[in-house]
Amino acid sequence: MGHDWDFVTIAQNWGVLWVGLKGTLVIFSVTVVLGLGGGLIVGICRYIRHPVSRWPAMTFIEVFRNTPVLVQIIWFYYAFPILTGIEVDPFLAATLGISLNTMAFSAEIYRAGIQSIEPGQWEAGKAIGMTYSQALRRVILPVAIKRVLPALTNRGIEVFKMSTLASVVAYIETLNQAKLIADLNFNPIESYTVVALIFFVVLYPVVQATYALERTLAKGD
Amino acid sequence: MTDSVIRIENLHKSFGSLEVLGGIDLDVRAGETVTVLGSSGSGKSTLLRCINFMEMPSEGRIYLHGDLIGTDEGGSVRYSESELCRIRTRIGMVFQHFNLFPHMTVLKNVMEGQVTVLGRRAGAAEAKAREQLERVGLSDKADEYPARLSGGQKQRVAIARALAMDPDVMLFDEVTSALDPELVGEVLRTIRQLADDGMTMLVVTHELGFAYHVANRVLFISDGRILEQGEPRQILREPATRRMQEFLDGHAQFRLPF
Ligand SMILES: Nc1ncnc2c1ncn2[C@@H]1O[C@H](COP(=O)(O)OP(=O)(O)OP(=O)(O)O)[C@@H](O)[C@H]1O
Ligand SMILES: [Mg+2]
Repeated sequence: MGHDWDFVTIAQNWGVLWVGLKGTLVIFSVTVVLGLGGGLIVGICRYIRHPVSRWPAMTFIEVFRNTPVLVQIIWFYYAFPILTGIEVDPFLAATLGISLNTMAFSAEIYRAGIQSIEPGQWEAGKAIGMTYSQALRRVILPVAIKRVLPALTNRGIEVFKMSTLASVVAYIETLNQAKLIADLNFNPIESYTVVALIFFVVLYPVVQATYALERTLAKGD
Repeated sequence: MTDSVIRIENLHKSFGSLEVLGGIDLDVRAGETVTVLGSSGSGKSTLLRCINFMEMPSEGRIYLHGDLIGTDEGGSVRYSESELCRIRTRIGMVFQHFNLFPHMTVLKNVMEGQVTVLGRRAGAAEAKAREQLERVGLSDKADEYPARLSGGQKQRVAIARALAMDPDVMLFDEVTSALDPELVGEVLRTIRQLADDGMTMLVVTHELGFAYHVANRVLFISDGRILEQGEPRQILREPATRRMQEFLDGHAQFRLPF
């Protein structure tokens, strides 16, 4: 089963891939910010012992953690417009699916971080007259977030890989463009190998940096 | 009674069905150092924690400079969270386990409450913080992080952090219990200095030497009540009750770290 590898065709189509890569970066940037940022808010709501914030947050987390992102994206693209009459383009559908899923997962990470802080820290803040939200902002969150930074980075890496799911609704990103090249040139092997390579080349250094970060943080504690 | 800083009337505290404080009456006057003794579980921490409302009293009244904390509503007292935050800035508290903010330098630790809670400007807060660090003998540690300090130094930073709020009274809850024996002295000396400076203080401790030499008054708490109180030299030498005699016998070593 020998295969004559031909990357020349890929190189000739580099412009097509480049457009996809930019699409990947765009949707990654948006979803990682919404996902990890929104997750902080959901995580705090989940943590606070108040039914008005806690129950909606819990429901949100369970719904989006226990359904596949791929299904969420497809649902937002095909089902949501029919139910609401609101037009949803591929970018929006994929952004919603990936962001909401990431919010749900990272909310649990933030909550675990907050919960890991010793009660004495809350007390110290309270004892100098801080309100609950001042203690949360100034004392608890900075340390909690630092503690879960490795877990958050892992989430970020997942988000980057999840961006390829957007191809299912034909959002123009790397995988989608590779498929275009493969279909036109009948070279799926090279096209999809290059996609895998691109992701590997981007992520490998990031993952190594995460390990280094974990080690530094472990020392700092 | 004009110079009463803290007055406590009939303070009760229960956790569920467990009554921990069973009616405490206490008046702490300006400049007084009151030491609270009692065996483990007698309610010493709970008493301090009720005074700055880390725990809410189940019953009773607490006055700060003669003003009732909370609002009287037909016999019972109601508290608002914003009032309690304000009150806590005026009642400093230092804990057994220091609880410094690990992500801030020593200087920032001492500035934090001033800036975030009191709204002082950074410049004024820093000047105040440096002044208080000087007071506890840690000027040279201003830029260190807490993780790099010894237990005794951490505890002195915690004291400076509380002092920087300009409290009317300071509460100390076994602040030397978590320290290696050789570090106890530096912390007790710091507190003694505060006493000499005229700070009003309630000090829960097992250091009888401190009670003997520094306190103006010693309270002995047993089962959530003040069983005895009096002038240290009197009460520590000749307690009136068997309970306190037994307690003192259990602390035979009168440690004198000064
Ligand atoms: N949050 C709480 N919930 C339930 N019970 C509590 C709580 N805090 C304290 N208690 C109980 O109240 C009693 C008195 O506790 P407290 O901490 O005031 O004692 P203490 O005199 O400070 O003892 P120690 O010398 O060991 O510090 C104990 O039986 C303790 O278990
Ligand atoms: Mg205690």
